[in-house]
Amino acid sequence: MATTDWTHQRLEQLRQTRVWRSIFRRGPARTNRTRSLAVFGNFALHTLPVKVREKSLSVRATYYLGSISFFLFVVLTITGVLLMFYYHPAVPDAYRDMKDLIYVVSNGVFLRNLHRLAAHAMVVAVFWHMFHVFYRGGYKPPHEFNWVIGVGLLMVTLFLSYTGYLLPWDQLAFWAITVGTNIISYVPVLGRPIRFLLLGGHIIGQNALLRFYVLHCVILPLAAVGLIGMHFWRIQKDGGITVRDDHE
Amino acid sequence: MSEKNTFEVGLSSDAVKHPRRIVFITRKTSAKVKEEVGPQLMSFPHVILRETIAFQFLAIVLVVLALFWDAPLEQLANPLLTPNPAKAPWYFLGLQELLHYFPPLVAGVLLPTLVVLALVVIPYFDINIEGEPLWGHRSSRRMKIYLGVFAVLFVLLALYDAWTVLVPTVLVGVFGLVPYFLPTSESRFLKFLGSQPLPWWVMTWFIAVALTLTAVGTFFRGPGWSWVWPWS
Ligand code: HEM
Repeated sequence: MATTDWTHQRLEQLRQTRVWRSIFRRGPARTNRTRSLAVFGNFALHTLPVKVREKSLSVRATYYLGSISFFLFVVLTITGVLLMFYYHPAVPDAYRDMKDLIYVVSNGVFLRNLHRLAAHAMVVAVFWHMFHVFYRGGYKPPHEFNWVIGVGLLMVTLFLSYTGYLLPWDQLAFWAITVGTNIISYVPVLGRPIRFLLLGGHIIGQNALLRFYVLHCVILPLAAVGLIGMHFWRIQKDGGITVRDDHE
Repeated sequence: MSEKNTFEVGLSSDAVKHPRRIVFITRKTSAKVKEEVGPQLMSFPHVILRETIAFQFLAIVLVVLALFWDAPLEQLANPLLTPNPAKAPWYFLGLQELLHYFPPLVAGVLLPTLVVLALVVIPYFDINIEGEPLWGHRSSRRMKIYLGVFAVLFVLLALYDAWTVLVPTVLVGVFGLVPYFLPTSESRFLKFLGSQPLPWWVMTWFIAVALTLTAVGTFFRGPGWSWVWPWS
């Protein structure tokens, strides 16, 4: 016990320092006032409401599926950045980098497994979240527009996963993307131009790999961050989430 | 006898002088109208704590799975060596299964576009905010429309031999009829079915079809998109 007292005292001293107080302007979160400040005075937390209805926190209300989608996105960002250190978006270096990850890089297999697994899981989680929101009537006024943002997030999630699928440049990747991009060419009039734009040519080659890489690592993640920010902010502005009567 | 009212009722549209409005809500209407907020909790620490637990739970599951399951890596990409069958990522295999039955313009372009559009307009289209059950009024007109739509779908799907779409459609379609014919059943499941509104049925049908197609495309399709058993 003596050690905890000691820790508490040191923590208290730390909190009194000028540097600490310049970062966290509020005091310790012991009153409801400082607890509110902890949320809306913090950049990372300010999209959360200060208070929530107790029943919206029960597991049955959401199964935390939205949160899990978000956490998977965070895991994917971290593992993805680490993978970028070992990856060249070039033919056939990309494939060699996969082999390096498996045979040379320490924990490379684990890193790649984690990224791939989280990617599949995110697609599942986002779909499931959408269906769960539907069944609890979470799209009804005033949440209409947040549902539309959600559909945008679904598209971005699918496209993120799809562009990532090409990057290992193995047979699985190449032919999966072939099947998908062939469908685009059936779009009347615009099909072939769109496919050309996406692939940077008529075939899936070096240009396509580079385009998918930039989409996968820069453009789509930025779009996802923007939309997720709007999504969370709107949940708060719409007055919290919908809870079904029979789930109270 | 006729005593004069001791109170007066007046209507005022002058919001500055009489800033109050009274509304009586007798039935469930929009989610904007909250009957009661109920007990509330501070986000800090209650939400933060729960989210942290959810995150840790997820992290543990992911790490354990990533230790035992390996991400696939096949041979170097070779444009001259087409695998049979060439499969899209699993979440597009439902679409690929549709392409097997319908012309590409329908299965590859029209249907996905319609699905996305349908998803976007859901919140603006669903006017049945009270969630009235599908057979709440036992209307025969509704039954005619239901049977009509069902028949059209059935014939179309049968014409194209699209039986992996047909089976879940028939299943959900039949389940949708049960509460109409057994409205007084005491079974909890039937009571549950009977209380569901039309949007619930449409979404459930969509999910049933999507899951069936994805599962079939992933596990039951082999060379030339022929039927195979996953264990053989
Ligand atoms: C990257 C993808 C997504 C993330 C990270 C995300 C995150 C969240 C979170 C954390 C919530 C709070 C409640 C909950 O957990 O259920 C939420 C609510 C909501 N989400 Fe999502 N979401 C995503 C995709 C979607 C999609 C695809 C849709 C629908 C098309 C959607 C529609 C909604 C709506 C309408 C709400 C408010 C629900 C209510 O009022 O009950 N979201 N989202």
